[in-house]
Amino acid sequence: MSPEPTAQQTRPADAALNTGLGRVLLFVYGVFALSASARAIVQIITKFSDAPLAYLLSALAGLVYIAATIGLAIGGERGRRIALTSCSIELLGVLIVGTLSLADKANFPDATVWSDYGSGYGYVPLVLPFIGLWWIWRHRPKTTETPDPRS
Amino acid sequence: MNGPLSLVTIIAALVLAVWFLLRAALDRAPSRFDLMITLVLAVLVAVLVVVAIVNLFTGTRPSETATFIGYLITTIAFVPVAFYLARLEPTRWGNLILGVACLVLPVLVLRLQQIASVTGVA
Repeated sequence: MSPEPTAQQTRPADAALNTGLGRVLLFVYGVFALSASARAIVQIITKFSDAPLAYLLSALAGLVYIAATIGLAIGGERGRRIALTSCSIELLGVLIVGTLSLADKANFPDATVWSDYGSGYGYVPLVLPFIGLWWIWRHRPKTTETPDPRS
Repeated sequence: MNGPLSLVTIIAALVLAVWFLLRAALDRAPSRFDLMITLVLAVLVAVLVVVAIVNLFTGTRPSETATFIGYLITTIAFVPVAFYLARLEPTRWGNLILGVACLVLPVLVLRLQQIASVTGVA
């Protein structure tokens, strides 16, 4: 018989949020944090009165991506909670803004990250929150803690 | 923007993207060679950006100069950041980071060309 498997063979579920695929997500979220907020800043500075609602939502998108990037970067329980919140807002945002941009063209004359469900960015903004939430869900802390193996 | 140099950069990035995505799919961590060619790409991008900066002073300026400079800074920092993250991640995911970076880089170069082609009304 093989020796009995140790109960804590794997790493704690929430310890690796910022490694592996998490590091790829960190990079992609970083790219979007930069592009969304830079775009919003340019829009707000140069032509805010054209479409204030769209540009404010654009700025919100930038902030959400920044928060998600920070959450993924620090990892652990705190980072996980930050990333979970921001990815959830991101998913709602891309769905709501995507729908509004199609239904209400008058208020969304200019593309933002979330317009048309992110079609200007290869629909990555639509897919990204699903991958992000899946990754965060996979690293949820275990609620039923297995007792330490006696030595 | 320097047309031929941009084209070379875009093609090099796309070829490397295929290579890195393949390496990630085969579950390989970034090798010495992978990291080396990433640095070569970073040097190529740096040359492109320096040429663009020189053009800012000698040639015509794009009408959105501030946006253009923002893109230049992003572009020159982009590959080194991916390199740094890939070094931290000695698994298949390291190669995926490099692959994603090589897919995004052509977009950055195309945007630079697009902004540069709209010259100012002075």
